[in-house]
Amino acid sequence: MSSYLELRNVSKIFGTVIALKDVSVSIPLAEVTCILGDNGAGKSTLIKVLSGVHKADEGEYLINGAAVHFESPREALDSGIATVYQDLAVQPLMSIWRNFFLGNERHSGGMMKIAEQKQIVREQMDLMGIKLRDVDQAVGTLSGGERQAVAIARAIYFGAKILILDEPTSALGVKQAGVVLRYIAQTKQRGVGVVFITHNPHHAYLVGDSFYLLNRGQILDRHEKANVAIDELIREMSGGAELEMLAHELKDIH
Amino acid sequence: MTISNDERVVQRSFVRKVLGRPELGAALGTILVWVTFAIIAGSVFIGVDGIRNYTAVAADIGVLAVAVALLMIAGEFDLSVGSTIAATGMVTALLSIQYGINLWLSLFISALFAVCIGLFNGWLTVSTGLPSFIVTLGMMFGLAGLTIGVTRLITNRTQLGGLQDTPGYTSAVKFFGSKIDGFSVTVIWWVLLVVIASVVLTRRRFGNWIFGTGGNLDGARNLGVPTSRVRISLFVGTALASWLVSTTQLITFSGTDVLRGTGKEFEAIIAAVIGGCLLTGGFGSVVGAALGALLFGMVKQGIIFAQIDSDWYKFFLGVMLVSAVLINNSFRKRVVGSSK
Repeated sequence: MSSYLELRNVSKIFGTVIALKDVSVSIPLAEVTCILGDNGAGKSTLIKVLSGVHKADEGEYLINGAAVHFESPREALDSGIATVYQDLAVQPLMSIWRNFFLGNERHSGGMMKIAEQKQIVREQMDLMGIKLRDVDQAVGTLSGGERQAVAIARAIYFGAKILILDEPTSALGVKQAGVVLRYIAQTKQRGVGVVFITHNPHHAYLVGDSFYLLNRGQILDRHEKANVAIDELIREMSGGAELEMLAHELKDIH
Repeated sequence: MTISNDERVVQRSFVRKVLGRPELGAALGTILVWVTFAIIAGSVFIGVDGIRNYTAVAADIGVLAVAVALLMIAGEFDLSVGSTIAATGMVTALLSIQYGINLWLSLFISALFAVCIGLFNGWLTVSTGLPSFIVTLGMMFGLAGLTIGVTRLITNRTQLGGLQDTPGYTSAVKFFGSKIDGFSVTVIWWVLLVVIASVVLTRRRFGNWIFGTGGNLDGARNLGVPTSRVRISLFVGTALASWLVSTTQLITFSGTDVLRGTGKEFEAIIAAVIGGCLLTGGFGSVVGAALGALLFGMVKQGIIFAQIDSDWYKFFLGVMLVSAVLINNSFRKRVVGSSK
């Protein structure tokens, strides 16, 4: 298995807190790599290292096998590493097409090519399975899932090879989460490597190809989809033995 | 199955589109005020003399409101507009009246001075992260005090007159103090600025950056928008608009005083807010702000035409402001806030 992006024995320390320790992950193209972890597991730090916001204190960051040192998220972006944060970096009161091209406007001499931009947005959203009649509407009028779709489509259009999604389903209802999972599957089919960061093993299991379990800043385990059942993921994620003990304790109370 | 039955097709009717326009409140208000004064005051208000009269008042506020609207859409305030009017006017007047410098050169120097004020406001806001409300409030008082202090120090007075005797005055009057077919030349500046600013905001890349900066500063910065440059240039914009207004007033009245422009910052902000600009940034329109300024001019002069005691002007203004914002808010909520 060849991976596009790889972290080798990465550690990140803030003052006296070890946020990440000896973390190794490899992320291939055209697959969904899930990183599962509870609150405080180190998911946010891992995202920030992957997206170029933080530099690792130890370990290597490899792209296509070559070590890289990103100084800013912009540099990571130029290497095809795009991150969609929970706030999606969208402006709810701005129209869909304005949001889509913000910071990357198509223009000649400063005048935006508005018709062309609108056409591109329509096509790109169509590829995600959303038929937009009016790209002039404000992003705020879209549902949570559709906003995710805009952010994902934008990242792919501007050349993402690896798409990092920070808890894309956590704020959504069951139906909307299902819609987002479908976008993730579509993104994978288009050859983009997806890093799906979540605390929800159910969502991860539906679309993931491989699963990393992150706990207290360390990778506990790694599974391929073929070799793991959902129950095992849930058990490991929720602290396994701890949860069984809790179950016993609760049984005693009842 | 028709396409409109597909649950993933997002659509919006024409009516909702109109209701979502930022200019709506100001447009309705303008019509309402016009009709009201047309009934009360009659032909003096409706006729061309009336139009000449209230557009002259509207143009002064309008020039400022255009620049202030752009700045507000980018998420910032400028409360130093009035003080900048007083200061730049006094710089021009001192140089030409006191020291006999050619008026055009004085105007150039005071314009540079305005640019410096804008750069300072912008730089301090961007680099310290302080709210621009505080930064420009400081500038408002600091600059006002400086203007009074320096003027009295040099001339021992607080007002200067006699600009008509300075070299360059006759040619400058054509651009800043004349009337064309009875209309104030400022109206032409105003219309010109509305057109330019509107094109910049809606069609140019820079306009997209303005919306992005005001809507989500960090998000826009992460997407590569030069948010600091955007904000600093817009502060320079409001300062230059203040310079233009001070120049037209200085040349029209062939003199100025240290309190000229006091309170103009609020009039410009009110016009922009009536015109649909959000106080929190990220939303608004130049045309709306222009309509807000027109509304302003109509009420201010309409009250005089209708022979109502002008004491009531500020009362009408307050009522207008709050009702226009209420209208804008409720429509925007209906259109944008209705997330499915």
